[in-house]
Amino acid sequence: MTPDIVVIGGGNAALCAAMTAAEQGAQVLILETAPKPYRGGNSRHTRNFRCMHHGPLGPLVDSYTEEEYLADLMKVTGGKTDVALARLAIRSSEECLPWMQDHGVRFQPSLSGTLSLARTNAFFLGGGKSLVNAYYRTAERLGVQVAYEAAVTHLELEDDRIAWVDYTQNGESRRLTPKAVIVASGGFQADTDWLARAWGPAARNFLIRGTPYNRGVVLADLLEQGVAQVGDPTQCHAVAIDGRAPKFDGGIVTRLDCVPFSIVVNKDAQRFHDEGEDVWPKRYAIWGRLVAAQPDQVGYVIIDAKSLNLFMPSVFPPIKADTLEDLAKAMGLPEDKLAKTVATFNAACGDTSNFHPTELDGVATTGLAIPKTNWARPITEPPFYGYSLRTGVTFTYLGLKVDERAQCAIGNRPVSNLWAAGETMAGSILGQGYLAGFGMTIGTVFGRIAGKEAAAHAS
Amino acid sequence: MQADLLQEARRQAEICNACRYCEGYCSVFPALHAERAFSDGDLTQLANLCHNCRGCYYACQYTAPHEFDLNLPRALAEVRQDSWEDFAFPRAGARAFQKSGVMIALATVLGFALMFWAARTLGSVGGEGFYAVLSHNAMVAIFLPAFVFPMLSIAISLRRYWRAVGAGPLRLAHLRTALVSAARMKNLSGGHGDGCNFEDEDRFSSARRLAHQAVMYGFLLCFASTSTATVMHYALAMPAPYPLWSLPKLLGLSGGVMMTLGCIEMIRLKRRADPALGAASALGGEIGFVGLLGFVGLSGLVLYALGQTALMPLLLALHLGAVLAFFLLTPFTKMAHGFYRLAALVVDAGR
Repeated sequence: MTPDIVVIGGGNAALCAAMTAAEQGAQVLILETAPKPYRGGNSRHTRNFRCMHHGPLGPLVDSYTEEEYLADLMKVTGGKTDVALARLAIRSSEECLPWMQDHGVRFQPSLSGTLSLARTNAFFLGGGKSLVNAYYRTAERLGVQVAYEAAVTHLELEDDRIAWVDYTQNGESRRLTPKAVIVASGGFQADTDWLARAWGPAARNFLIRGTPYNRGVVLADLLEQGVAQVGDPTQCHAVAIDGRAPKFDGGIVTRLDCVPFSIVVNKDAQRFHDEGEDVWPKRYAIWGRLVAAQPDQVGYVIIDAKSLNLFMPSVFPPIKADTLEDLAKAMGLPEDKLAKTVATFNAACGDTSNFHPTELDGVATTGLAIPKTNWARPITEPPFYGYSLRTGVTFTYLGLKVDERAQCAIGNRPVSNLWAAGETMAGSILGQGYLAGFGMTIGTVFGRIAGKEAAAHAS
Repeated sequence: MQADLLQEARRQAEICNACRYCEGYCSVFPALHAERAFSDGDLTQLANLCHNCRGCYYACQYTAPHEFDLNLPRALAEVRQDSWEDFAFPRAGARAFQKSGVMIALATVLGFALMFWAARTLGSVGGEGFYAVLSHNAMVAIFLPAFVFPMLSIAISLRRYWRAVGAGPLRLAHLRTALVSAARMKNLSGGHGDGCNFEDEDRFSSARRLAHQAVMYGFLLCFASTSTATVMHYALAMPAPYPLWSLPKLLGLSGGVMMTLGCIEMIRLKRRADPALGAASALGGEIGFVGLLGFVGLSGLVLYALGQTALMPLLLALHLGAVLAFFLLTPFTKMAHGFYRLAALVVDAGR
């Protein structure tokens, strides 16, 4: 049977769209490229949802107003934001939280105190995969059909509507002619060739933090047929992660929080940026780009014994040595150059009595061409530890342009039966930068809008 | 303890510690997150704190086919199982039961039943009711050591456990916290009250929690029944048999029904659950133990129902055989987990 609505993708936005449409009475089929254990796209790796609220709401404390939320967004995007769509996402987020709970999502009471986000971000109990599991359970109950390992290859655009959807499953090519289509299939960061075309050859050395299934096949197909695009095609959001992380799908555990207590050198054992510039998350985001600009796209973090317990535990143990020479040897760095860099740095450190690991403490170096402006303590106490750093791509910005009804366009006209939600249209709001938990907000808000609009169209 | 099991649990714990998404599921994760490096004792404590609810497994973004291949419920179950064998006194008993629990349980029950039957047939007795089959003194002579030995054995095991995990002195407040947690099965609530992921992949359900509560409280009621009867016999000079509206009967009947139904449900749930998320080698022993416990309850109920018929002596022999087998095997069966779990909860409360 041909479904009324085909949802392409299997992550948060796709599921929100599918559940909403099914609740309006539509027959919905989800085409998920990944096999079942890998379903959910990058939502598998997410952890929280940024939510506006007037007063305590679910696990959230105090209040977080629309203006404050928008100001936070403007800060990270440097103003590259469609304010009308951003306000829509922010304003709708408040009603999303109870909706999410009604659809099976369970939130975690603020416990750990490791992240000071208890006011702005609601954390999923068990993380993104538990959210994805809950949504699949609910969607199934609502009668949504799911096809796994169903890779969409082409949407045929005829005038201003999608005439059919081609996909392959179990080695067979199949064609569907639904009344409406919702695209929620993410960005293109898992297609290394595409990344290299956009970023240059350096991108081949990048690691992809999320799902290996976001290859941008549907995105490219639609853009080639003239569907309106948005976002900078040459940009991706990248952070510095443990250089030993898997090529794909390393997720949250590959993060390294040790940079502020370290010096970071390149493969020539030269420092290249102020390691004490800022606290997480700003620092975290800039280092991806910094490492990408170094030879072979690698960096090396050097700390000593007194800093080892100041940051979150890392997934891979650090490389450890009793002397700096041995550490250089173990990390493949030129020994004499590293010794010289460390000695120069140590000599530039001053009074460290005000050292404070959790705030900008002003403990800085003096007289260095590349200063360290906070947390600057000499690296002297053995054993010495090192981590390698590589650029980890979180997502790409290029996407489908949508209006406030989540509808796609061709020229100045809407595509009458095509909607987009999630990462695939996030560039409509997020021109650059990133705000923790905002991806899930965009996915939930626009997923629900797309589901509702598509169901209204299909009925 | 087996180094490879500990090493695998350590590898997984370190990945969990870098992720921390599972923080809210149960007591294991806050305890895990408090460490940066995991000694064998730390891992043993975490393993005995884990209730195998599997919430973390189904929420985990790093389970197979991901190359990190996390399966914490299994890794901890294997360490836990291994730790029980290691702490057991005498050690050989535990290993044997893990390997062939069903056979041992069956053989022990039948063996003891035969023994009771023989005692009855050979010896002349002059009591009333059950005591016509086996005198009260004979029952005491058999069951008192059968009760004292397991208690001693478990005390030795718990002392070994306490030392291995490096716990401090026992405090009453910690014991109270642990008892409340056990009484409510807090760690099987999933952190949100919807229960665990035991029998149907990622669906939350309270079935296991309820079944376990039925077994635990049913057992305690039966135990209370026997204790009450003992007091009535010795202190109040009120020997059995007791009427239906007496304390031993009311406690025993309600407890027996709860225990029997709970055990049936536990076996049903275990058979539906994915064996790859537990210590697969121990599954036989677990089923053997739950079966034995359920049979203790069921045979007691049947004995009560048919106590006035000619089948009574046979049923009594079977029931007493099962009870004796249950007590003697306690240190080596899944029954011991109750003591270790409580110890782990006490240690955790003092963390």
